[in-house]
Amino acid sequence: MELAAVSFGQSLAQQVVSGIASGAVYASLALALVLIYRAMDVANFAQGEMAMFATFVAYTLITQFHLSFFAAFALTVVIAFAGGFAIERVMIRPFEGSSVLTLVIVTLGLFSIINGLAGLIWGYVFKTFSGPFSTNSIQFSGVYLGIQDLGVIAVTLVVLSLVFALFRFTKLGLAMRAAALYPESSRLLGVRTSRMLALGWGLSASVGAVSGMMIAPIVYLDPNMMQSVLLFAFAAAVLGGIESPLGAVVGGVMVGVLLALVGTYIPGGQNLRTPFALLVIVAVLLFRPAGLFGRIEAKRV
Amino acid sequence: MALLELADVEASYGPIKALHGVSAYVDKGSIVALLGANGAGKTTTLRAISGAVKTTGRITFDGRDITNNRPAEVTRLGIGHVPEGRGTLAQLTVSENLRMGAYIRSDRNGVKQDLDRVMGYFPWIKDRRNQVAALLSGGEQQMLAIARALMLRPKVLLLDEPSLGLAPIVVREIFRIVEAINREQNLTVFIVEQNASLALQVAQRAYVMEVGRIVLEGPSEQLARDESVRKSYLGY
Repeated sequence: MELAAVSFGQSLAQQVVSGIASGAVYASLALALVLIYRAMDVANFAQGEMAMFATFVAYTLITQFHLSFFAAFALTVVIAFAGGFAIERVMIRPFEGSSVLTLVIVTLGLFSIINGLAGLIWGYVFKTFSGPFSTNSIQFSGVYLGIQDLGVIAVTLVVLSLVFALFRFTKLGLAMRAAALYPESSRLLGVRTSRMLALGWGLSASVGAVSGMMIAPIVYLDPNMMQSVLLFAFAAAVLGGIESPLGAVVGGVMVGVLLALVGTYIPGGQNLRTPFALLVIVAVLLFRPAGLFGRIEAKRV
Repeated sequence: MALLELADVEASYGPIKALHGVSAYVDKGSIVALLGANGAGKTTTLRAISGAVKTTGRITFDGRDITNNRPAEVTRLGIGHVPEGRGTLAQLTVSENLRMGAYIRSDRNGVKQDLDRVMGYFPWIKDRRNQVAALLSGGEQQMLAIARALMLRPKVLLLDEPSLGLAPIVVREIFRIVEAINREQNLTVFIVEQNASLALQVAQRAYVMEVGRIVLEGPSEQLARDESVRKSYLGY
C-alpha cells in the first residue's frame, strides 16, 4: 500500500469507515445492554463477559470441531441464547423483585464467575481468532477501505435488522416489548412476563455474542478482551438513551467514529480512548440524561 | 349459577390487612357493581381475583378454584381485567394495544372478527390505530383498555373504576357502551366504582364496601333507595 499520496479527506474517510466498523461492535453490545436494562432497569455488568465467553465457544467450535466461521457463528448465537436464558433462570430469577442494587451486585458476581471460568477453561494467553474476512483493503476513489471493516458492518447490520424485525413484526417481539415496559398490564393480558425476561436475557446474550465474534479478529482473544468494549458500549447506550434500542445502535456508531478520530488525530490519542468514552458518559448524563433517543415519559390522566 | 364467586377472601399488603373476609358472587350474563369510598378495598378485591395480591379464602371462576393463581394464568381462563389507571401500553400504538389484548389467542379469524366487533363499539379507533396510545385522551385510553380486554374474548370483564378522572359526559358514554356490550354479547361484568349513581343504573346487583368488608348488598334499585347509600354515595 502506498502511503504517500493519502490526502486528509481520504484519511478522514478511512478513519470514519473503520470507526463505523468498531461502532457496529459497540452497537451490538450496547443493544444487548439496553434489552436487559429495559426489562429490569439494571445495567448488566456481565454483558461483556458473556460475549467473551461466547466468543471462546466459537473459537473452540472452529479450532477443535473444525467448523467454518459462519457455522460456528450461527451455532454460537444459539448456544449464547440458551446460556443467557439459563443465567436468567438460575441467577436472576431468585432475585426478581429485589432492589436494583442487589441485581447489580448479582451481575458483578456473574462478571467474576464468567471471567474466572473462561480463564480456567481457556487460559489467559492471548489467542488469535481469525475472522471470515480478508484483512486486505479495497480502494474506492482513493480511499482504502478494510474488507474486514466492511464485513463487520454488514454482519452487524443483518443481525440488528433481524432483532428489530423481531420486535416490530412478530407477536413474540411485541409481547417482549410490552412485558419489559408494562409488566403489570402485560400479566393481566396473559403474558408470562418472567418467561419473557428469560427470553430477553437469551436474546441479549446472542446479540452480545455477535459483538464478541466481530471484535475478536481485530483484537486478540483473551478473557479480558471485552472490558474496554463494554465501557464503550455503555457510552453508546447512554448517548443513545439507555432505554432506546435504536439509540444504542446510533450511539454505538457515533462512539466508534469519535474514538477512531480521537485515536488518529489527537497526539497520543490511542491511550485517550477510554477517558473519552467516560467523558461521553459524563457529558450526556450532565446535559441530556435521557440521551439522544430517550423519551421523557409523558402521562395523561 | 354464579360465574365468579368469592368466599371469605382476605388480603394484606405487608402488615396492613386490606380485605377482611369478602364474600360476593357474580351471575353469568349480569352486571354487578362494587361500590365504596377510596381505600375501601374495591381495587384489592379485583386484584385478588386476578391473583395480583396474595389471598386466603376461596375464589372460584366457572366452577374452578382460582385462588392465588398467577395473573397470566387467570387471564388465560377468560378473565379480562381492566386495571385501575387503565394499564395503557402507552409507548405502543393503539393497534398494538389491541393485538396485545388478543395475545393469548391463536384463532386468527376469530381475532379479526372480534377486532371488527370492538371497532363497532368504538368507531374512533379505526382512524387512530397507528397512533401511540400515550397521545389518546383519558377517555379514549379508558375505552382502549376496555376494547383491549374485549379482544381476549373474556367470560367476565373486571372493570376498575372506569370513571376515574373523566368528564361526566365521557363517563356516561363509557357506561352506555358497557351496558350495550353486556346486553348484546351477554358478557358478564364486575364493575368497581365510586360513581355510585351511574353504576347502580347499569348494574342489576351491587355490593357496598367499607374498610375491607362488604356492608350492604342487594338489587340495584333497592340499594339506590337505601338511605345510608343515598347519603354516603349518591349525595342526596
